[in-house]
Amino acid sequence: MKKTVLKTALFAVLMFGFAFALIPLYDTFCEITGLNGKTSGQVEADLVKNQVIDENRKVIVQFDSSVNSELNWEFRPTEFEMEVIPGKFYHTEFYAKNLSNKDITGQATYSVTPAKASLYFNKTECFCFTKQTLKAHEEVKMPVTFIVDTKLANDVKIMTLSYTFFKLES
Amino acid sequence: MSHAETHSHDHDHDHKPKGFVKRWLMTTNHKDIGTLYLIFSLTMFIFGGALAMIIRLELFQPGLQFVQPEFFNQLTTMHALIMVFGAVMPAFVGFANWMIPIMIGAPDMALPRMNNWSFWILPFAFTMLASTFFMDGGAPAAGWTLYPPLVLQGGHNLAFAVFAIHMLGISSIMGAINVIATIMNMRAPNMGYLKMPLFVWTWLITAFLLIAVMPVFAGAVTMLLTDHYFGTSFFNAAGGGDPVLFQHIFWFFGHPEVYIMILPSFGIISEIIPTFARKPLFGYVSMVYATAGIAFLSFIVWAHHMFSVGMPLGGELFFMYATFLISIPTGVKVFNWVSTMWKGSMTFETPMLWSIAFIILFTIGGFSGLMLAIAPADFQYHDTYFVVAHFHYVLVTGAVFAIIGGVYYWIPKWTGNMYSERLGKIHFWWSVISVNVLFFPQHFLGLAGMPRRIPDYSVQFANWNMWSSIGGFAFGLAQIFFCIIVWRTIKGKGTSKATDRVWEGAKGLEWFIPSPAPHHTFQDGAPVNDEHLAHVSSH
Repeated sequence: MKKTVLKTALFAVLMFGFAFALIPLYDTFCEITGLNGKTSGQVEADLVKNQVIDENRKVIVQFDSSVNSELNWEFRPTEFEMEVIPGKFYHTEFYAKNLSNKDITGQATYSVTPAKASLYFNKTECFCFTKQTLKAHEEVKMPVTFIVDTKLANDVKIMTLSYTFFKLES
Repeated sequence: MSHAETHSHDHDHDHKPKGFVKRWLMTTNHKDIGTLYLIFSLTMFIFGGALAMIIRLELFQPGLQFVQPEFFNQLTTMHALIMVFGAVMPAFVGFANWMIPIMIGAPDMALPRMNNWSFWILPFAFTMLASTFFMDGGAPAAGWTLYPPLVLQGGHNLAFAVFAIHMLGISSIMGAINVIATIMNMRAPNMGYLKMPLFVWTWLITAFLLIAVMPVFAGAVTMLLTDHYFGTSFFNAAGGGDPVLFQHIFWFFGHPEVYIMILPSFGIISEIIPTFARKPLFGYVSMVYATAGIAFLSFIVWAHHMFSVGMPLGGELFFMYATFLISIPTGVKVFNWVSTMWKGSMTFETPMLWSIAFIILFTIGGFSGLMLAIAPADFQYHDTYFVVAHFHYVLVTGAVFAIIGGVYYWIPKWTGNMYSERLGKIHFWWSVISVNVLFFPQHFLGLAGMPRRIPDYSVQFANWNMWSSIGGFAFGLAQIFFCIIVWRTIKGKGTSKATDRVWEGAKGLEWFIPSPAPHHTFQDGAPVNDEHLAHVSSH
């Protein structure tokens, strides 16, 4: 009897921990599978070398931006789409402006759709990896350098890179 | 035969503690605690029902007549939380307390003191939850699923709701541990696992579901709490979190939770049908395996509640097919019940009427569930009244009908008085007609595109909403009538004394003890013979 009670109580406690363990599990799962539009983080440029480039293959990359309502910034891509060849480096910029009278720090999160394309969208440089502080009314151009992996499935013709800027609490 | 010996001992009869406080507040007796659970559940059922009546009143006509949208959202949220955690779950725990020790020939639950605590946490938890109605900003209004970020934008009601849920969770987990410890350790000699009544079996499996998922729910709401008050970012995208994560954790709890609310119903129905069909339950062992199968599958289907969040095709397909699989063990159960009735010498006393209605109406709810499980179709049905119709068919005409049927079935044993068969039948027909007027039109509303959780709607939905409201008021009134029937039975008004056996075809240990059940039963153990048992194969 005592054994049953102890075992079941321990099981309950473990399941409470499991709720929290679900967070890294969920993250890892999404990262491995590319679900939920998660891409891997910054990649080194030489990791994506030695790819066999098919010059005739074209993929359209669209850029999308939004700003969380608590952040008083303007934020938009400088070009809305690019035609890219998988395996080659491309560079684009996003424009951001602090519309308020105060210095504000923000950070962007990103996702790629369709989900099956997200594993093959590699950024070698991105403002999303670090905090961005803009002084009052300051304007900046934020660079993104990326390469679309040649292993991207053939039926993906259009992919979208979407950023959302959030205010970081000081 | 055994009860005659057991209960001739004088310590069995008149050793109830004297005085209200000692008898009820400090009780460790499984029957008294069972009674407390059932009364509490009925109270919450009427309270949650009253909230639903306001909802149906507002939806009687298009436009805003009686309540404002903010309050309407509080009503839908609190109606659901109270019905799920206050009415349905405690009712089953009440049945478990009353019947499991008797059914397996144990003198009491394994942990009587903890049993008392499990119950007495509940009134405090619900007082705390209901008190949010009187706070600035009112009660939680993000739906019972408490999705962030919406739920985090409310007021301090969140803290009260979260702590209430913690307390409910602790109560449920302690109750579940108690049930498992009782069933695994206190069965009478000769009561092997595969001789246990099916109600005991379904509760054993339910108890495992409870300890597996209630802590996960507690964890999820704890994360909401820290996100709101302590600056964590579990579900806050700005801090690297993900609001969809909450939906995954919630439904990892939420789907097994809906089986927690239906498996004990299956148990009750499996007790009632053989009694009034005067045949042993068809396919007893397959019923046990089907229950276990449903419990297992409940852990791998959760994302069918969130097909429209933007899952990849593989995920949609996996959760769709896994969900379809559940219809197999559920179908086994339905066919077994029907086969039990096949060529039986059936009579239609009130508990049997509720059980037959359960089988038919729960199956309708099951079929609309299958429709919702079809991922591509779900994009149309998601968050419409079709979903509302579906889960009310499985929870009201499913779980609640089984509970009411169970009350009629066992109340003669509990009180020693036979309820009035005439009033019981009036209650049944009144309820079964009104509940279909209430919920069936909601299928049409949902298919026509009426969203759920809204206080106002476009005029083309007016007709069916009016019918639904009329059915709702009638169904609500019928349950007040039910309270009167229960009261009259307890008081012995217009009733006859119940025999020990109560029902001609009844099998199971509970029918071998006197009616009303003495305060203590099987103090000296229960010699169990196969003829006591309903489900032993050699019949």
